[in-house]
Order: sequence, then C-alpha cells, then structure tokens
Amino acid sequence: MIPAAFDYKRASSAAEAISLVGQYGDDAKFLAGGHSLLPLMKLRLAQPAMLIDIGRIKDLSYIKDGGDHIAIGALTRHMDVEKSALVLKEVPLLAHAAGHVGDAQVRHRGTIGGSLAHADSASDLPATTLALGATYVAQGPKGERLIAAADFYKGFLESALKPDEMLTEIRVPKMNGAKWGFEKFNRRAQDWAIVGVAAWRNKDASGVALVNMGSTPILATSVSAALKSGASVADAAELASAEAEPQSDLNASSEYRVHLAKVLVRRALEKASA
Amino acid sequence: MTMTDNRQNTVIGTRQLRREDPALLTGEAKFTNDLNLPGALHLSILRSPHAHAKIVSINTAAAKSSPGVVAVYTGAELQSQWAGPMPCAWPVTADMKNPPHFPLAANKVCYVGDGVVAVLATSESASRDALDLIEVQYTVLKAVVDVEEALSDANIIHEDLGTNKSYTWNLKIEATEGCVEEAFQNAAFKVSERYVQQRLLPMAMEPRAVAAVPQPFGGDITLYSSTQIPHILKVMAALTLGIPEQQVRVIAPSVGGGFGSKLDVYAEELLCMALARKHGLPVRWVEERSENSMATIHGRGQVQYVELAADKGGKLTAVRVRIKADMGAYLQLVTPGVPILGAFLYAGVYDIPHAYDFSCDGIFTTLTPTDAYRGAGRPEATYAIESAMDALAREMNIDPLELRKRNFIQKEQFPYLAFSGLTYDSGDHLQAAEKAAGLADYVGIRAQQAKQNVPGAKKRLGIGMSSYFEMCGLAPSRVLASLNYGAGGWEAATVRVLPTCKVQVVTGTSPHGQGHETSWAMIASEKLGIPQEDIDVLHSDTAISPLGLDTYGSRSLPVGGVAIAGACDKVIDKARLIAAHQLECSADDLEFAGGVFSVKGSPDRAVPMAAIAFAAFTAHNLPDGLEPNLEAQYTYDPPNFSWPFGTHMCVLEVDTETGQIEILKYVAVDDCGVQINPLIVEGQVHGGVIQGLAQALFEEAVYDTDGNLKTTTLAEYLVPAASDVPSITTAHTVTPSPTNQLGVKGIGEAGTIGAASTVINAVVDALSGVGVTYMPMPASPQNVWRAIQSAAKAM
Repeated sequence: MIPAAFDYKRASSAAEAISLVGQYGDDAKFLAGGHSLLPLMKLRLAQPAMLIDIGRIKDLSYIKDGGDHIAIGALTRHMDVEKSALVLKEVPLLAHAAGHVGDAQVRHRGTIGGSLAHADSASDLPATTLALGATYVAQGPKGERLIAAADFYKGFLESALKPDEMLTEIRVPKMNGAKWGFEKFNRRAQDWAIVGVAAWRNKDASGVALVNMGSTPILATSVSAALKSGASVADAAELASAEAEPQSDLNASSEYRVHLAKVLVRRALEKASA
Repeated sequence: MTMTDNRQNTVIGTRQLRREDPALLTGEAKFTNDLNLPGALHLSILRSPHAHAKIVSINTAAAKSSPGVVAVYTGAELQSQWAGPMPCAWPVTADMKNPPHFPLAANKVCYVGDGVVAVLATSESASRDALDLIEVQYTVLKAVVDVEEALSDANIIHEDLGTNKSYTWNLKIEATEGCVEEAFQNAAFKVSERYVQQRLLPMAMEPRAVAAVPQPFGGDITLYSSTQIPHILKVMAALTLGIPEQQVRVIAPSVGGGFGSKLDVYAEELLCMALARKHGLPVRWVEERSENSMATIHGRGQVQYVELAADKGGKLTAVRVRIKADMGAYLQLVTPGVPILGAFLYAGVYDIPHAYDFSCDGIFTTLTPTDAYRGAGRPEATYAIESAMDALAREMNIDPLELRKRNFIQKEQFPYLAFSGLTYDSGDHLQAAEKAAGLADYVGIRAQQAKQNVPGAKKRLGIGMSSYFEMCGLAPSRVLASLNYGAGGWEAATVRVLPTCKVQVVTGTSPHGQGHETSWAMIASEKLGIPQEDIDVLHSDTAISPLGLDTYGSRSLPVGGVAIAGACDKVIDKARLIAAHQLECSADDLEFAGGVFSVKGSPDRAVPMAAIAFAAFTAHNLPDGLEPNLEAQYTYDPPNFSWPFGTHMCVLEVDTETGQIEILKYVAVDDCGVQINPLIVEGQVHGGVIQGLAQALFEEAVYDTDGNLKTTTLAEYLVPAASDVPSITTAHTVTPSPTNQLGVKGIGEAGTIGAASTVINAVVDALSGVGVTYMPMPASPQNVWRAIQSAAKAM
C-alpha cells in the first residue's frame, strides 16, 4: 500500500500539462481522479517517476450542447455526468452507465477522461462511448486531433493517445430518442463487470458494445448487422461474441463469458426494442 | 444460581446504543498504528514469492545502504533471538507432529508469504523501498496445494517429520462395538456426501499492527498489538523470547475486528519485540492489505465426508464423518484444534443413539497456516450435518423441515446428555424452527415454488434452512484439559467501587468490536443499582487487567460477563456487612435493591451504596477485621459450555440463464438465552449471518497449482458490501442457560454457524428440480451455471 517514490507537479492548464509531459516523457503519468492509477501505484504495478496532476485544471470540467452531440470535458466527474440534465435528456445511456461506475466515492472522484484514457476494457465507459459512436479530442504539442472511439482502443490498457497527448474532450452523438439497454453483470455492485453490454437501437440502426470481452472494449458489429438485415433480437444476440476474444479469470471462463454475452446482449436489446 | 425469570431486570434486556461508538465513528479512538512513538523504527518483511523452496542465498547489501535503513536481518541472523519456536497451544494428540516454526524462515520457505528478511528503517516508506533491493536465490520445490493429495506424502514438506500428516484425532462412540457399521448396513435410508469448506481470508477492517516499546535500562518491554488476546500473548511472547513474564506488558488499543484471525501469536509481534530490545528503540509494523491476505491465518480449509444412516421413518441411527483438515504450512496457536471444536457437532441438533464415528486428519500443505475463524470448526460441522439432512430428505423424498422435526432433541429432554458425554444446557429447537418457518412463510413459499419452478423456468425459487447448535463459551477448564488444550477456560473480573461511588469494572476479556464496555456496564449497573454512566470498563492492558483469557469462541459474555456478575456479588456481600454495621442490624436482615440496603420491613432504615463506598474508603468506622475499600475480584470457571441454537431460513431465486442468485428473504431465529443488550445481539447476528453468507456466495482464497494465492486484493477476494447482502429479518426465542446466574449464552459466532448451509440448501432446493444435488461454495454465478449445465447433460 506504499507506492514507490515519485515526483509531483501540478498543471494549471492543458497546455502546461502537455508541456510537462513532453519534458518528462515516458516516466510521467497524468493524475486526474486517481481511481485507476493510484491503486496500481500502491501495489507497485505502476511506478511512474513523475505525476502530473491535471485534477485542478478548471476549464476541462463541463458538459455542453454541441448541436448534434454533447461535449464533455475530460475532467468531468462521473457523478456530474450521471446527474446532468443535458446528458440524461440527450444521451441517457451514458448517464445510466456513469451511474454504474464503481461506488459513490469513486464516482465523485473519478473522471470520464481518466476512465477512457486508462483504456480498461473492464470499465463501463469505454464500451458505452464506443457503442454511442463517440469522438475523443486529444490535445498535443501541435494542437488538437479527433480520434473516433472505434480507433482509440489499441490493446490492454493501451490507447491511441501519444505519450505527449492529453484527452481533453469527449463528444457523444445525441441519441435522438433511440431506445437503449445497459446490462452490467457482476458479483458485487461495486465491481468491474464480468461482462457488460451497452446497446441502443432506433428504426434504422443500432450500436452494441461489450465490456470485458477482450483486451479492448468490443463493438459487436455482427449483432448490429444482423439486426439491420432483419434478424430477431434473439437471433442477433447469438452473434454477440463474434468480434470478442474473451479471457478467463477468477470469476469467469471464456466459455462462460461467451454465454453471458449472448444472454446480456439479448436482454439489453429487448430493453432497447421495447 | 438459576435465574430464569428475567422480568425484574431494569437494565439488562434494554436496547442501548453502544458507548464505544462515538469515539470509533469520529476517529477519536486510537488504534495501534495511531500511536505516536517518537524515534520508532519501522519494520518491513520480505516474504517468499514461492510456496515451497529452499533458500540458497540472500544478498542484503544494497538494502543495507538504502536511505533510511538501519538494519537488515535474515532468519539465520535472528535465530539466536528465540528461546523456542512459535507456540502451538493445542497438541490435540500425544503424537501430533509439529514442525519448528520461527518468525523468519532460515533454510526453506513453506508458503507464499513466509517471512524471509526483516528490514528496519527510520520510516515506513524507507523500509518498504529497501525490500525491492534484496536479492534472494531459491531452489523451487514442488508445491503441495491439495489437502488430499498431500496425504500421499509424494512431496513431504517438513522432511524431518517424514510425513505431511500432523495427526489423526478420533471420536468413536458406540453403544455396542460395531454398532455404527451395523446401523449403516441396516439403514432404510442413507446418504454419503462430500463437502469442501473453502479457505477464507479473514478481512478485519483494521489489518494487524504491532509496536514494541522497550525500556532499555529496566529490561521491561511494552507490546502494543492489534490482538484479541493480550493476556495469552504476554505469556507466549515471554516464553518465546525468553523474557521474564513480569517484564512484559501487552496492550491491545482499539482493535478493528478480528474474527479469530487476531487470536494468535504472530511472527511480527515477536520480531518487533526482539528488534526493539536489540536496538533499544520502539519498533513498529503495520500490515498491508495484500500482506494480510497471505501473512494472517486463513479460515476453514476442510474436506468433509459425511454419512448418515436413518430408519424408515427418517430417524437418524448413525453418523460417520471423516475430515481432511488443511493445517497449512505450520501449526499456529490453535490450528490443530479447530476441527476438534466441531467434532462433537456433526449430529447437530438431533437426538441420535450412541453410534457416532468421527475421525479427522490434520494435514500440512504449502499454504498459509489456517486457524480459528468465526465459529472455528462449528460452522463446518453445522454445514455438513445440515446439508446432509437436506440430502437425506431428498433421498427419502420428504420435506426437509419435516425430517428435522422427526429428529430434533425435544425441549423436555434438556439438559440433554449427548452421546459424546457433553450436556446440552437448554434448548427448544422445534419452537425456533416453527418461528423461522412462520416468518419465512415456509408453506406459502412451497406453494409458490410448485407454480413457479416449471420446466424451462428462467427464475427458480428455493428455500433453505439450517437448525444449528453451537458449543461456545470456551470453556470449562477440565473439559479443555481432556482435549489437551494448553490453557484453562476461566475468566476474571474485578469490580472496584471508588470513594465517590463511581465504578471501575476490570475485565479479562478483550473486545475488538463487540461492545463489551456497554454490555459489561449494563451487567454491573443491574447488579449494583448504580447508573451505567457512573461505571467504566477497563480492559485489554495486562498491567491494568492482569488476569484474563481474552475474547474468542463466544466466551466473553457467558464466561467474562458472568465473572463480572460474580464480582458484583462479592462487592454486595462486603457492602452488606458495612451497611449492617452502620444500621446496627444483622446482615441477614438487610435487603438490597436499587443500590440501597434497607432493613426488611423497615424501609426507612436504609443506607445507599454511595454512603457505604465512602465509608469503605475512609475506613473510619468499619466492622472489626474488615479490610478497607470496596473492591472484589472473582474468577469464574464455567461448569459447561453454553449452547446457543436457532433456525435460519433463506428464500432466493436463481437466474437459470446466468447462474445469478438473488436473496429475497433471510430469516434468523436465534436463541442465546437472556439478552443483555438486544441491539448488540441483533448486530452480532447481522454481522455473523453476512460472514456465513459470504462463504456461501462470495469468498474464496484461490490458489493456483503452484501455490500462488490469486486473491490478494479486495478486488479479487470478494467481501460483500452492504449493497450485496439482503436485509435480514431477526427474531429470537429466549431459553435461559441454567448453568450461569445471568442465564446467558454466546452470540458472536451463531450467525456465521447457521448461515452458509442455509443459503446453499436454498440454492440446491431451487435447482433440485433440474437435477442439481450439490453446490460447491462459493455458489458464484459461474459455479451455479456450471452445475445447471452438468445436471442437464446428466439427465
């Protein structure tokens, strides 16, 4: 429970944070809410030499109406996403998923940007924003670039962010009344999902993404394709794991995960089709 | 001595908030790691990453020159510090094998977490950082993980013993020779079951913490430890370190839970003491949570083979039990005795003939040592008999509640001399079972089940029960002697009435979350007629309370609480002499009520306790020959265990698609005799039930085949949180114990003892219609799903 020694600097703006990380390179880590990084450091599984605290950058915590999308600052706390009237109205699936992250303490400290940048396939928000077709804004020394959620997740805890880039904003398309379902299957309420499903559907299209069914969040494109070609929810759900490569762990074998994914995709889509 | 009429009590039996809680809830309470000890050195321990390995070489040079490091010691370098190996106080058989066990391993390591190198530094972070600089070369040996495979002796852990078996302990009771075997041959019905009690990690909210403070010139040493047993620890530490006992003082500050895991003498306590003496400075250590998972004892760890024989009416005719008990790598303080504490309970609450055959093998593995964990042997026994009773009911195709009713010891039979020679003090199992059945709507659930559990049902309904008996309140010293236990079972109390009629109650029990200060003050207030707020309870410091045997085995109230009542009686007896002297009457003519002595028939001739207390203090006018001051000590050795009992029921639904379980209702009817503080009783039942339910559904120490513990954080070791457990319906019957003056029995472990089998029986009940007859613990969604899948294949 005692981390290895590290240095600490507090950035007061995104530009300063990016400049600092450019200075310290691979030895540096951004510290936002700390709810992913600090446990790893206490177990000495992560030993960054420099922590750049971005938690007090004021202008990165916001929720704005961007026209066809909702723009959320990377340092917005889960609890603010969960409770936002704007998110509840325009992207209710995201508000609901944010309410399932960890426990109340985690949701008050953890940030949406931190969760996405950590790129943990077992977390709820990477898959949820993936299902919703979100776009992430990354800021680097040369300015901003946009990264589609579908291009963001590269491997286990590995994202498309470059070492000197910082995630600053998440743009989530408005759902325009599409129905949705969210299934989080776990043994304790506060845990990561053993398998989770975020799904939405309107009369033309759908989006289904899976939590903890591989080293990255998985977009279940076969399910959406089947629905588009007229398959029933039950039949489409049978294709739930077509894109997945589920691992085995203490809670679930890969076989059980595949089974759960089918059941949970069906249940989520039943809600999204009701 | 019997007090079966509780109606005259005015304090005992009232629901009261705990006086301990404001300090605990505001952070005012001081735990061991809160102590401010200027100049203290911090101890960190490098632990073995291997389950079984020879130590080839250790290089500590880099660690020694790390900033802040004061000293680094290997096991070999500290060997001269020990007067003897770490203690095991319960050699259950004369030929029990007990390998020498020292605070640091010297030549080989025998489990992941075995201590190898000790680092002392000026700060906790400096000592922790230095661990990463130590190089140890090991020759890795084959791990011995499976307790039954260990018996083959294919890989012997302690070579000098020549075997992995520590002992075999038998309890065979036969009315006539061979009657057990005959009963099985003649049985109309019989069942033969195998159950696995998975290892559990005790997860006290406060991990262990130790601080040893030496007085270099006098030789005295004070040990602060997050322990349940300051008194036993004092004796054992003195012996192990070769320090004269009178120079050792042990203090347990506020202790944040124990559940048996702090009923031990640990390497870190001895290391802190030895190094504090060596360096002449305070030495402190606090356990990290992951360290806790491997360096603190584990609970359970048994494979049970249970056979029941019954006649055609379902009456039990014989019980046969074989236990393979996982000791872990070494014997800790009472490791070998844990299964023996359950040995007498495999017939549960049932009236069986003298046809009982129990045998237990204690077996070494290369895993963390096991030891007492909430219930210690009795949850295991209760699980086995109560699960086997359900199996027998299925075999006979009768209702499990009906089968139990046919076998209950009847209330008229109490006190009941059991086959084992033990006497069950009091009970009414039928009443408890019927009360639970009413609260759970047993009949209604059965009816609903018939409608709901149709083929293909996505949600199947189940109801399970467990009727338990607990042998607790450890214990009559002579009975402990017959079990070869290394200490007595008495408890001591001192009641001291101060000059201003304020009271100090000094107890030898050592609370760590139970609320003793509240309950003990209530007992003394009831007895002395002095307001509770005028009574303080002193405990957990061997200098303040030199006599005691501490807190475990649900003993504190039925032994320690009764000792307080006895000390109060002695105070009252002495006060009566002073009152008689002042009132110029015979002591026999006085009655005592509400803190006032008065002459029978002349209530105006009276003297209050306050006047007597002051008179005893001034000693100006005491009866001839009477010692000044009003204080008495009393040591109580109970004539019997106390035997709490009850019936728990659980209603749940199983999602047959996912294996997920949802508990709809949990009913706990517990009888612990007279209740001192019903609010505390309820809290103990809540906590106990959840700990049992945790074994049934959530918790398991998982090892891989190389003996690596895979559940070393609370992300992997699933302690349920409030959001994961049901609301519990608690109810009680009150059957006073006839063996003590308060009529009390213990309640600390009862909930745990009843709960695991209740939940698992409900799961199997829900799924028996789809062919499931066995459910391993924990009944995780995956385990439930697999059981459904394999039953479907078999059908």
